[in-house]
Amino acid sequence: MTERVVEVPEPGLRSEPMLINLGPQHPATHGVLRLLCELDGETVLKVTPDIGFLHTSFEKLGEYRTWNQIIPLTDRMDYLAPLIYNCVYVMAVEKLMGLEVTERCKVVRVLLMEMDRIFSHLLWLGTTAIDVGAFTPFLYAFQERERIYQLHEAYTGARITTSATRIGGMMADFPEGWTDSLRNFVETFPKTLDEIESLLTTNGIHLGRTLDIGVISGEDALNHGFTGPNLRASGVDYDIRKDNPYYDYETYDFDVPIGENGDCYDRYLVRMEEMRQSLRILEQALERLPDGPINVSDPRVSLPSKTDCMNDMESMIHHFKLITEGIRVPAGDCYFAVEGSKGELGMYVVSDGGEKPVRWRIRPPSFVNLSVIAKLAEGHLVSDLIMINASLDIVLGEIDR
Amino acid sequence: MGLRDDEGGDPRSLAGVQGLGQAKGREGGLLGFGGPTFLTTKVDFVVNWARRNSLWPMPFGTACCAIEMMASAASNFDLARFGMERMSFSPRQADVLICAGRVPYKLAPVLRRIWDQMMQPKWSISMGACASSGGVFDTYSMVQGIDTIIPVDVYVPGCPPRPEGLIYGLMMIQEKIRHESLSEHYALRAEDPSLVGRPCADAEEVEALAGPFGNSTQQEQLTSLAQTTRPARSEDLLP
Amino acid sequence: MDESGSAFDAVEQGPGVSDSPAGTPRGGDGDPAGHPSVTALQGRFGATVLHHEVQAGDQHVVFVDAANNRTVLEWLRDDPEQRYDLLVDVTAVDYGGGNPIQIVYQLWSVGRKRALRVKCELPIDGLSIDSVVPLWKTADWLEREVYDLFGVDFRDHPDLRRILMPQNYAEGHPLRKDFPLRGRFSRAEQTRRALSQDYHDDYTADALEVGGAPGLAPPEPAGSTDEPEDTP
Repeated sequence: MTERVVEVPEPGLRSEPMLINLGPQHPATHGVLRLLCELDGETVLKVTPDIGFLHTSFEKLGEYRTWNQIIPLTDRMDYLAPLIYNCVYVMAVEKLMGLEVTERCKVVRVLLMEMDRIFSHLLWLGTTAIDVGAFTPFLYAFQERERIYQLHEAYTGARITTSATRIGGMMADFPEGWTDSLRNFVETFPKTLDEIESLLTTNGIHLGRTLDIGVISGEDALNHGFTGPNLRASGVDYDIRKDNPYYDYETYDFDVPIGENGDCYDRYLVRMEEMRQSLRILEQALERLPDGPINVSDPRVSLPSKTDCMNDMESMIHHFKLITEGIRVPAGDCYFAVEGSKGELGMYVVSDGGEKPVRWRIRPPSFVNLSVIAKLAEGHLVSDLIMINASLDIVLGEIDR
Repeated sequence: MGLRDDEGGDPRSLAGVQGLGQAKGREGGLLGFGGPTFLTTKVDFVVNWARRNSLWPMPFGTACCAIEMMASAASNFDLARFGMERMSFSPRQADVLICAGRVPYKLAPVLRRIWDQMMQPKWSISMGACASSGGVFDTYSMVQGIDTIIPVDVYVPGCPPRPEGLIYGLMMIQEKIRHESLSEHYALRAEDPSLVGRPCADAEEVEALAGPFGNSTQQEQLTSLAQTTRPARSEDLLP
Repeated sequence: MDESGSAFDAVEQGPGVSDSPAGTPRGGDGDPAGHPSVTALQGRFGATVLHHEVQAGDQHVVFVDAANNRTVLEWLRDDPEQRYDLLVDVTAVDYGGGNPIQIVYQLWSVGRKRALRVKCELPIDGLSIDSVVPLWKTADWLEREVYDLFGVDFRDHPDLRRILMPQNYAEGHPLRKDFPLRGRFSRAEQTRRALSQDYHDDYTADALEVGGAPGLAPPEPAGSTDEPEDTP
């Protein structure tokens, strides 16, 4: 890691640093983020992020909702990869309950999480390219995102706020032909990815804007709490799908890209390669998607079928209680983390045996990733600050919750 | 009887202003006062046509609705066909403020400041349920509808609204502009400088608008809003 | 439980008071042999480790005396057998009803691929604990958030101030159980306060010192004609 020395061009000229406010309303801050920059000309001496402009108190609201009613809230935090949030929340609660979902449900959730990883990285790609000045990749990326929007909508009815999971399974099984559409996407997406790469990866301007910018070493990254592609770009091999696998990820054949220098360019390369690896996982998951029920039939969580409810009094009462009172989760706490698109996404749920949580904590990867920006941006120019901010891939919805 | 009520009322008050399309009251030559004339209708036509077909949106995007707004601007739904592809991030150059997403109280002064910095003529769209009424989030930190902070012309419901929904809202703004008239210029465009930075609704209106309803606590009040002194709107639905 | 109530009632009533008589709920004692760090901790620190339990099947939780949290966590980070180099999360749990607040540290060792949860309990009238920012820089913002939302004071934190709520927020600490969902002030008052924030509230005190009032540069000392140094 090179030490960045701030060189003063004219030492004899007395000057004072300038305080500039970037945001919270700003095209390049990727959300309502306020960066307070102390500048010496164009050089950043110190940057202080100010967050909280999107604080929606999800965690407090969760304490007033039953366990299944929280699921629509999870879409709205990381709105770039809502299915990952849906999945990790129910996975945490299911682990606390000791509930094992069906085999089909596991593969379905893997499919949806990998699809949303691509979804999130595409938005990162489009907006980062715009920050560098390249408008075309934004349009290409959004065109591909439209296809995933169609997939979301065909499955759940909503483009972004999917709320697809339920405790014990999913809201519904895939409609007919959905897996064929996904397979079509998996087959045709690499071509667009190649086109975007040809625009950016060896582009001199892009290289000039990203090489050796925002460098952080592996140890510093770990001490500062980086996870996900940011950490792997600094050389640390930590991917929850490999190191603490869930849903049979150890049986899927995929690689985890690791960077070398920890600069913006490595973060870019790591995410581009991750999209390709996600496609590999998607192909394998589509191959192995087993038939069978999508929802577990556990009386603690599963609703009896309507036919049973109409014919059998116990089923009717059971259905009534599950809907009006909500499911009950045994007392205890559970921290469950998955490899989200931005890093380690964890949910910590605490229950006292009731139908609402005592505490619902979201460990947002972007929150911790953003705190490092002060260290990354010192000594760089203002335009590099924008690039560093973009390369961290933050989403303010999950930072502020 | 003129546009300005010199008796000292709210300059935005319409107590003395004629309704649309009526030429009663004082005759005032070609330009007229209080009602359109031949010349003003032609000028209105051209001015309104120019304004509505080259709106520059100010995207005040905060959360999920901002992503749908970006999708509206991208190729599939394409705001460029409305003349709106030039998203103006500087409020000084913007016409329509699209508040897309939830607004917490920490962000409210920012929103108000951006709105105050926009120059007339300006319109605002409250995109999404959270901007219109607080949405799912009836909590300690959320503004329960940005109409307590800034005046809103069009509300686009949805969580998030589809891009077609946003486009429909933008077309409603265009429709609204179509029915404007330069002869009501003062009534439509006047802004009281002493209201800069202050909320758009006073304390009672805020309590009425932001009262708990639906899933938060027992329902207290339905949607009938306290009367404001905005000009009467033309039909909100497109033909 | 009210059998005839609807789910809306449950939502309206909000979280109930914990019905454990004293202290926060604890699980039964776990088997320390299931986790090498736990046995090592108990061996090394003895009485400081107050309790150990296993939650959710295989998650080991260790309760540690709050006065020694930094010592224990430092050992967990530095000991060659433990090496918990990633501080995943710092958070707090308020059970309500005057029960102590638990500070929860979630740790992960990248090399050993192990997780551990360390909890410290603070009495509701003594919410003060040592900060672990000297150990992991991750804790900087995470502890600020716990301070903001729970009111826990972290001693020796480099910059302990509100992070999610505005700096002039006067309604208290939102995630505490005695804090109502819609806030303590009326909506009109919250709106009024939000919009009456002073321009200078946007900036911290030391930020305002930067730049200062524009002034003239002092006259050049006689005899020095500066040539620019090597161009950078």
